[in-house]
Amino acid sequence: MIQISPHAEAALTCTLDERSLYLRRLVLASVRSAGRGHVGPALSLIEMVRVLYDDVLRIDPNNPRDPARDRAILSKGHGCLALYALLADRGFFPLSELDGFCGPDSILGGHPEYGMVPGVEASTGALGHGLSIGVGLALAARMRERTYRTFVLLGDGEINEGSVWEAAMGAAKHGLDNLVALIDYNKLQSYGPTDYVLPLEPLADKWRSFGFAVQELNGHDVGALRAVLKQVPAVPGKPTAIICHTVKGKGLPVAESNADWHHKNKLTDSELDAIRVAVGDF
Amino acid sequence: MRNTAMNMVHKLATRDERVLYIGSDPGAGTLRAMSKEFPKRHLIEGISEAHIIGMSAGLAMEGFVPYVNTIATFLTRRCYEQVAVDLCLHNLPVRLIANGGGLVYAPLGPTHQAIEDIAIMRALPNMTVVCPCDADEAARLMEQTLDWTGPIYIRLGKGGDAVVSRAEHGFEIGKAILMRPPGDVVMITTGIMLQRALAAADLLAAQGIRAGILHMHTVKPLDTEALLQAIRGTRLVATLEEHVPSGGLGSAVAEALIDKLGSGLPAMLRLSLPDRFMHNYGSQDSLLKKHGLSADAIATSIERALTASHTSYPQLHST
Repeated sequence: MIQISPHAEAALTCTLDERSLYLRRLVLASVRSAGRGHVGPALSLIEMVRVLYDDVLRIDPNNPRDPARDRAILSKGHGCLALYALLADRGFFPLSELDGFCGPDSILGGHPEYGMVPGVEASTGALGHGLSIGVGLALAARMRERTYRTFVLLGDGEINEGSVWEAAMGAAKHGLDNLVALIDYNKLQSYGPTDYVLPLEPLADKWRSFGFAVQELNGHDVGALRAVLKQVPAVPGKPTAIICHTVKGKGLPVAESNADWHHKNKLTDSELDAIRVAVGDF
Repeated sequence: MRNTAMNMVHKLATRDERVLYIGSDPGAGTLRAMSKEFPKRHLIEGISEAHIIGMSAGLAMEGFVPYVNTIATFLTRRCYEQVAVDLCLHNLPVRLIANGGGLVYAPLGPTHQAIEDIAIMRALPNMTVVCPCDADEAARLMEQTLDWTGPIYIRLGKGGDAVVSRAEHGFEIGKAILMRPPGDVVMITTGIMLQRALAAADLLAAQGIRAGILHMHTVKPLDTEALLQAIRGTRLVATLEEHVPSGGLGSAVAEALIDKLGSGLPAMLRLSLPDRFMHNYGSQDSLLKKHGLSADAIATSIERALTASHTSYPQLHST
């Protein structure tokens, strides 16, 4: 019997502050406009992306290609609504763009594209690519003696892909302590529970055995995320893996831990009412 | 050809600090001199092609020009999605140096024979596909790879292939080389089929048949202008390739002719490997011969096709 992490339990009961609710309203307004979107995977990510973009990344929305910037790659590209909300809120592009999500002339597609969306470092959507790209970025920083850091956000279902573990070996080989992998461990992939589809446990031990310094936390605890992300590398000479225990659909009771909300088409009136009750009017 | 291409990576690295060599698990001592001179730019990353392509993309995003090298089948089939998304979608200057294009690894069986690589690589937007014919041409090609925009797939032959390319022809990625003036037939070749075409042309000449040769070292982008020029006045266009019939040089030439000529198409003969995996071993030469791609067999096929075209097709007129 696998022990349930106390962080996972904390993630379930963790309350959200006004900024987290506001970001959820942005996400859900995009879904309402487009009539589609990966709701669950975005809502589990929000605090991870929020803390990165609010408190950790050295970035300038007015100069998104600044060579000195920290790099962040959303490897689980289907969680892009969370990223778009943060990028818009931080001024990389106007908030009004969020209304056009998935529209014919929008810069915001169902997966993020480099060159289309200011602030997006790499086109993702096909899973299992981001960590390898991150290894390349981090290795380039090492070779060029630059101080930027590289953060890669991965889904738990995504790490079914063998290429992720190839990348993990590569990161450890090079001792890339300027590379951080954040795993959105919401324990529910498209079909159902990760434990059913392809069990990942013991997940922390896996990353540790691949040569990473591993941290585990409640991925909705903004304070804990800040504390851990401000202390990277966790161990000098090692890449860092932060296993963020989260809840898919967090903050929206009707969607929480509900595989039917992985990708949502059209929101019904009763669902819109439920969203208003959960996150406020939007 | 392979040693030359490898040594060129070292040479380019001495000139340009952006150049990296990235091997998966190549033969012992590959680019040893470079590994000693530039240890940080000589990377051996393990049998993890999907990861290596992604990592190379990341390095290229930061201004490096990675030369990734392994066996052709592993550099194409294994990591196709990474090549498509990480390299082509981002249009990054990563060079894929594919050892053993075609039937070079004949004795090692179908897992090592890259017989559909041209098709799958040229299907990708932004990808350039080049198949040099010999070591000298490989060297001229490599000189041009430093500043070419976007990814390049470089299909290498075995090594020790007879040197038939000539310095005076020069070399430019995307520009075909007319090796013999067009006559009754023009053969369009890529890679090491050029050597076979030259020998076949001599055999045909002995029969009184004038055979031209257009060497299409770059299959993508295809030099359509040179192609249209070369087929003027000929009775037959014959494509020669060490590749399955789908999607390779013959397909590229046929597509270009259809797009440019519409209804006035020339008689065409596509000589290729069959649409099946090779279950025979032996050597590259023996397999080429078995499938009608020796000089003798090429000459015979062309002779037959010319006879057939004489009765079935009107002669092409100059346009």
